Amino acid sequence: MDGTTSLSGPLDPAPDAGYPDPPPRMGFFTDTSVCIGCKACEVACKEWNEVPATGLDLLGTSFDNTGALTANSWRHVAFVEQRRPDFRWLMMSDVCKHCTHAACLDVCPTGALFRTEFGTVVIQEDICNGCGYCIPACPYGVVDQREGDGRAWKCTLCYDRVGVGKTPACAQACPTESIQFGPLDELRERAERRIERLHSDGVPEARLYGHDPGDGVGGDGAFFLLLDEPEVYGLPPDPVVTTRDLPRMWRRAGLAALTVVAAVAAAFAGCSSPGRRS
Amino acid sequence: MAECHPVGFQWVMEAKNRGATVIHVDPRFTRTSAMASSYVPIRSGTDIAFLGGIVNYILAGGLDFREYVVAYTNAATIVNDDFVDAEDVDGLFSGYEPDRHAYAPTTWQYAGQPEISAGGADTDSQRATAGPLRHESHGAPISAGVHRDETLQHPRCVYQILKRHFARYTPEMVERVCGVPRAAFQEVCEAWTRNSGRERTTALAYSVGWTQHTVGVQYIRTAAIIQLLLGNIGRPGGGILALRGHASIQGSTDVPTLFNLLPGYLPMPHHAQHPTFDEWVDGMRHPDQKGFWSNARGYATSLLKAYWGAAATADNDYRYDYLPRMTGDHGTYQTTLNMIDGKVKGYFLLGQNPAVGSAHGRAQRLGMANLDWLVVRDFFLTESATFWKDGPEVATGEMTPDRCRTEVFFLPAASHVEKEGTFTQTQRLLQWREKAVEPPGDSRSELWFFYHLGRLVRQKLAGSDRARDRAVLDLTWDYPVRGAQDEPSAEAVLKEINGYHVDTGQPLSSYTEARDDGSTAVGCWIYTGVYAGGVNQAARRKPGSEQSWVAPEWGWAWPLNRRILYNRASADPQGRPWSERKAYVRWDEQRGAWTGPDVPDFEPTKHPTYQAPDGATGPAALAGDDAFIMQADGKAWLYVPTGLVDGPLPTHYEPAESPVRNPLYGQQANPARRAYRRPDNRLNPSPPDPHSDVFPYVFVIGRLTEHHTAGGMSRTVRYLAELQPEMFVEVSPELAAERGLHHLGWAHLVTLRSAIEARVMVTERIRPLRVDGRPLHQIWLPYHWGGQGLTRGDSANDLFGIVLDPNVLIQENKVGTCDIRPGRRPTGPALRDYVAEYQRRAGMTTGTDRKD
Repeated sequence: MDGTTSLSGPLDPAPDAGYPDPPPRMGFFTDTSVCIGCKACEVACKEWNEVPATGLDLLGTSFDNTGALTANSWRHVAFVEQRRPDFRWLMMSDVCKHCTHAACLDVCPTGALFRTEFGTVVIQEDICNGCGYCIPACPYGVVDQREGDGRAWKCTLCYDRVGVGKTPACAQACPTESIQFGPLDELRERAERRIERLHSDGVPEARLYGHDPGDGVGGDGAFFLLLDEPEVYGLPPDPVVTTRDLPRMWRRAGLAALTVVAAVAAAFAGCSSPGRRS
Repeated sequence: MAECHPVGFQWVMEAKNRGATVIHVDPRFTRTSAMASSYVPIRSGTDIAFLGGIVNYILAGGLDFREYVVAYTNAATIVNDDFVDAEDVDGLFSGYEPDRHAYAPTTWQYAGQPEISAGGADTDSQRATAGPLRHESHGAPISAGVHRDETLQHPRCVYQILKRHFARYTPEMVERVCGVPRAAFQEVCEAWTRNSGRERTTALAYSVGWTQHTVGVQYIRTAAIIQLLLGNIGRPGGGILALRGHASIQGSTDVPTLFNLLPGYLPMPHHAQHPTFDEWVDGMRHPDQKGFWSNARGYATSLLKAYWGAAATADNDYRYDYLPRMTGDHGTYQTTLNMIDGKVKGYFLLGQNPAVGSAHGRAQRLGMANLDWLVVRDFFLTESATFWKDGPEVATGEMTPDRCRTEVFFLPAASHVEKEGTFTQTQRLLQWREKAVEPPGDSRSELWFFYHLGRLVRQKLAGSDRARDRAVLDLTWDYPVRGAQDEPSAEAVLKEINGYHVDTGQPLSSYTEARDDGSTAVGCWIYTGVYAGGVNQAARRKPGSEQSWVAPEWGWAWPLNRRILYNRASADPQGRPWSERKAYVRWDEQRGAWTGPDVPDFEPTKHPTYQAPDGATGPAALAGDDAFIMQADGKAWLYVPTGLVDGPLPTHYEPAESPVRNPLYGQQANPARRAYRRPDNRLNPSPPDPHSDVFPYVFVIGRLTEHHTAGGMSRTVRYLAELQPEMFVEVSPELAAERGLHHLGWAHLVTLRSAIEARVMVTERIRPLRVDGRPLHQIWLPYHWGGQGLTRGDSANDLFGIVLDPNVLIQENKVGTCDIRPGRRPTGPALRDYVAEYQRRAGMTTGTDRKD
């Protein structure tokens, strides 16, 4: 694999990151068609990972008082009330996508963000220096800086649990198997079958999101089955790894720099006023 | 169910995934509605009209499972010709006595019965003591001899009475009363009947909100009528399942925390009705009745032996004289009013938070402020432990902390993971729970608390020669203790509940071994077998994959590990399965026995064609097709001839507070409802009384997934509190426009009891209904909030008054009327002035509810 494809396009990230014989890539398939909005995932995540409480804010966005994925909310259940024309109430548990091409990881200057042997992306809290570069790098707006702490925090896909053969806390707590955890290949197959089933059951609006290795982030390690356009759930419709264009940009920047140097040199070369010489 | 039982709801999702149709009927669109195949909005408090419409749909269309109905229900039984149906008296059954607000149920009997049966002997005391509650495990006693017409043509047979009773509950009437469109109603009727019969069965699961109405028992009765007409009881995939509000609520009625019951649904004796042991036992069973309750003397004797051991002998009627006696209504609400009146000295609250969780919060708090002492055992300082220093009545000036006379003791309690014991769930399944961690600090289990309290009380009484102390001193109180805290052994208690032979101490294996000669001691006869063979059967954890699909070796279900009650009804009268698809228990002619994957709920070798000889009583009187073996006539009751105090058939009455005039009858509300008519318990006026327009809206309270009941276990936990961080009220966009309410703004709600405030949530999940030709607005509130915890707010239960179902004394706090206004409520003494102004507008100067 050349240096260009490792920043975009299909890829198995763990070998790419240098693991010689990694276990299968693990991920989440979140099937929102069976999410009952109980928020057990949010609570289980916080309990296991000792994530701080977010505070008591009534947001008025249906039953969602979490608002977004933040440094202090690594699972977030969105509630969408719709009239189309029948009333419908959508629920969806959002999470870090553990992108195949993770810009957060690419831009991290300290190595705090790293690719695990399971192909997931984790921030090491004892290395993170709070520079915040990862935050604008994320195309989903997942990574966030914790107030009063300064460091960046997000879902680890329960690296500590997965490492000892356990299911991540959120998937373990989910009562309806809306959050499914497993080898990504299996999850993708399962998701395809689920989509076929829903389409044959008269739910044509069901679609997958983040499952395609050909998409702008090389496919997500945590992908979703949605019942409406991604924007309805607050997801970007066509996310692109923000570092995808870096090589091209660097080439351009390099060219531009050369041009500037040349121009400056030319300018100096062309300036022959003796009065300017000190 | 998704809101309140998300873990159990996974099985609904599983069924849906397998193709099940899920229909959700609810006043508001909830998380359950979001997952349902179809959602049917309904006006709160009108379920009998809705379900009665389904009964009518079944009977008018001849869609009942006729063979099942004739064989296993009392459809063919002839009723006394003096009985007059509520259809004929504008909503009152025969025997109504207006001055007592009560029925004399004599005329409701089956034809040919003696003048009055024991169950209906004294309706005043039945009403006061929620007598019908003890029939939870069985019907009321009647004599065995009944007249039947199995052609169902006799005009006074139950089938024909039922048909006439529900004939006016048409789809048009359902629409008029419930606000349910005809098409939606039709869909429910068709789905339910289509999925019932020989090849299919339908299960009905209700949540306990159904019980919190002045007609709560009759709600469930209507459901039972439908399930019986469609043949959905005693068969796999059928049944009526109560989804309880907490873990082990089933257990807390089996081994009861109720004033009127002893373990195993034996009635608490009444001082006047049951002066002697014999009269008490005869009150449980009719001397010549059929069925297993005829062994009541054995259950009763064995219970007394368990309580008083060697002191209980045949000569002293097993110390029946030691049992406390009821003198009237000692229910939780009467007790609250008695506290206000200064008649109660001390009170224990165990994991209960009435200051928030019970109807009429103000009355609850004023009552608790008038005790000598109050013991609160809970995880956190709940509102019921702190009302005296910072409750709403302190703010209004009605209570002064340094003058509140009640001494409050707060004792920290161990949680369910910090103690061992059993949970009994809705299927009657007991599951043993290990202790995971030691309780922190001074927290202790209930078992520890009561064992050591009893031990210390007995120590203090030791040497007393007063007769009244003997009942305590003679108690068997010898549970082994262990560990640093002297924790009593919960298994020893379970073994006593199971019962044992007094001479050898060997555990009994079946309740049929309970004797009335003092040779057995049984703590709760229906649980006998849970410790069979000296093994804790509730602790069994054999995986489902290693046993039959019924999984009889997972935990233990009462009675006798039976997973489906009355499962004889899963076979036809000849003992053959109704269909192979729904085969369960069947008669094996070769072996001469009943067989199946479950424990047959029948005498094991009684032939399906067995007919009892004349004069037989008890189990021997049960014929081979008397599938409902705990019933006094062996039949399931579509019509209840005795045992209920508000009528033999369910009838639609409006809630005690309703903005709607009853479209079906002149009788507005349940005439037998238990009302406490006093100035501190005023009810909002309803039509046809004047001033009902002061409270034009229906309000409904309920639970959120994120919080638990009165909030003591969730508002105190930061990860839960932040998920629903503030008290709110849900209103429709239409009502918001009508009353000028703004999303996320403040509103306050007013009733004759109080006014509370909440943040406004305008949502289309609440929609106005059309009822009796007019728009009707419903308002929804969670009832989790109170003045303590991380998130604090006003309590929805402060809006309610106290009015109860007369059969079981459960409060109507799932529906009431109110006014709603924009902005916050007045504070301080002005709050009471504000409520007083509403009382004046409602014409309540002396104040009570309707006299009908």
